[in-house]
Amino acid sequence: MTIINQLANPTRFMSLSGKLLPWIAGLSAMCFAIGFYGAWFSAPADYQQGETIRIMYIHVPAAWLAMFFYTLMTASAIGALVWRHPLAEVAQKAAAPIGASFALICLITGALWGRPMWGTYWVWDARLTSMLVLLLIYLAIMALWRTIDEPTQAGRAVSILTLVGFVNIPIIKFSVDWWNTLHQPASVFRMDGPTIHPSMLWPLLICAVAFSLFSICLHLIGMRTEIMRRRVRTLTILAADQADRTIPAGAMRSAAE
Amino acid sequence: MSGFLALVRRDLALSLRIGGGASFALVFFLMIVTLTPFAIGPDLNLLSRIAPAILWIGAVLATLIGLDRLFQADAEDGTLDLLKAGRLPLEGVVLAKCLAHWLTTGLPLALAAPLFGLLLAMEPAGMAAAALSLLVGTPALTFIGAVGAALTAGIRRGGVLIAIMALPLMIPVLIFGVAACNAAVGGTIPFATPLAILGALTLIFAVIGVIGSAAGLRQVD
Repeated sequence: MTIINQLANPTRFMSLSGKLLPWIAGLSAMCFAIGFYGAWFSAPADYQQGETIRIMYIHVPAAWLAMFFYTLMTASAIGALVWRHPLAEVAQKAAAPIGASFALICLITGALWGRPMWGTYWVWDARLTSMLVLLLIYLAIMALWRTIDEPTQAGRAVSILTLVGFVNIPIIKFSVDWWNTLHQPASVFRMDGPTIHPSMLWPLLICAVAFSLFSICLHLIGMRTEIMRRRVRTLTILAADQADRTIPAGAMRSAAE
Repeated sequence: MSGFLALVRRDLALSLRIGGGASFALVFFLMIVTLTPFAIGPDLNLLSRIAPAILWIGAVLATLIGLDRLFQADAEDGTLDLLKAGRLPLEGVVLAKCLAHWLTTGLPLALAAPLFGLLLAMEPAGMAAAALSLLVGTPALTFIGAVGAALTAGIRRGGVLIAIMALPLMIPVLIFGVAACNAAVGGTIPFATPLAILGALTLIFAVIGVIGSAAGLRQVD
């Protein structure tokens, strides 16, 4: 706990994340190179799905990360509500657009994959529908962030919404599955066979690692930007306050200094 | 307990008198039921098949009415501060206000559903099922919406935001509400199954909604 507390100091976080960022980015690029080589050249085309199976190497990591970032937001929300830690708020805010982007990537690649396989861009399959609802919840959270201008107050409100959403996601998943079996007795899409062949599995895992490292990079950059944005905001308020005190009413020209 | 009842009475009186909006939800519900056939066409077979869906979508949207003022009006005129300082726990305050909201929104919708079902050529069994499923399911809609209302209580333009936040969370209630209606007029599953799940959803959301709304109200200045 003490280590987390030390790292959670914004100044220390800024210096540490600044040092780590190039390394994670480099590692991510390396994994992308290996993973995409595996996905495009070494992995075989599927005997049923042909070359379109290669969409999987982007689609599946995106789906994992879309769910991972919601979990991360939930953990941060607890940190923000219970310990009132500003860095938890910052982590939560930076995670929302990244998670939403991965959900969107998952839906778009799924649609592109579905067109040749199922003959249509969209079916109301349980998994697709759940991912769409997850995207909607992400968008709602981002909308709430953009509505309340005081960062701490926005952070608390969003934390509550995130937690309520987290409790709801299993319920939504369960009802969508139930609804789907009711409407579509035979599922359109089933993973071929119980396991994936090792020649496809290792590029998938490396691609997943690459995307995870990449998203950690984006998250750190987002957090750093948000910390700087808050510092600018505080300095602006302080400067305006100072100007208010030193300059008599009516002379506002140096307020922006 | 007396504080709880007094709060319910106050909210009911406020919404029933001039300036309140008790009748809006019902009129809005009627509007949706009337508009849909104009969009789809006067085919009675089709209408009777999708009538549960129309009624439930109407109910979901009509529930949103009045939610934007559920806590906001009290936050603006300072009543909320008094309620926070009062002896009744904030969770009790939320429960009382949700109850008043449901009595003026969900309950009239459920009672009017058989009548509106006539317009959509529903079978009698379907009408009864629609009324019963709305009676059991609409409290859940109010509790979900209350969280959104509490989070936007301090914001000027919270109305659309409540809809954006609450509607995705209302999907399970919608699914099982329509499923219960459909099960009553045919199909493979017994009517009691989706209705029981609908009841479970109402109970779950009563807990989540009340706790979440109270937590949301605490962070409003």
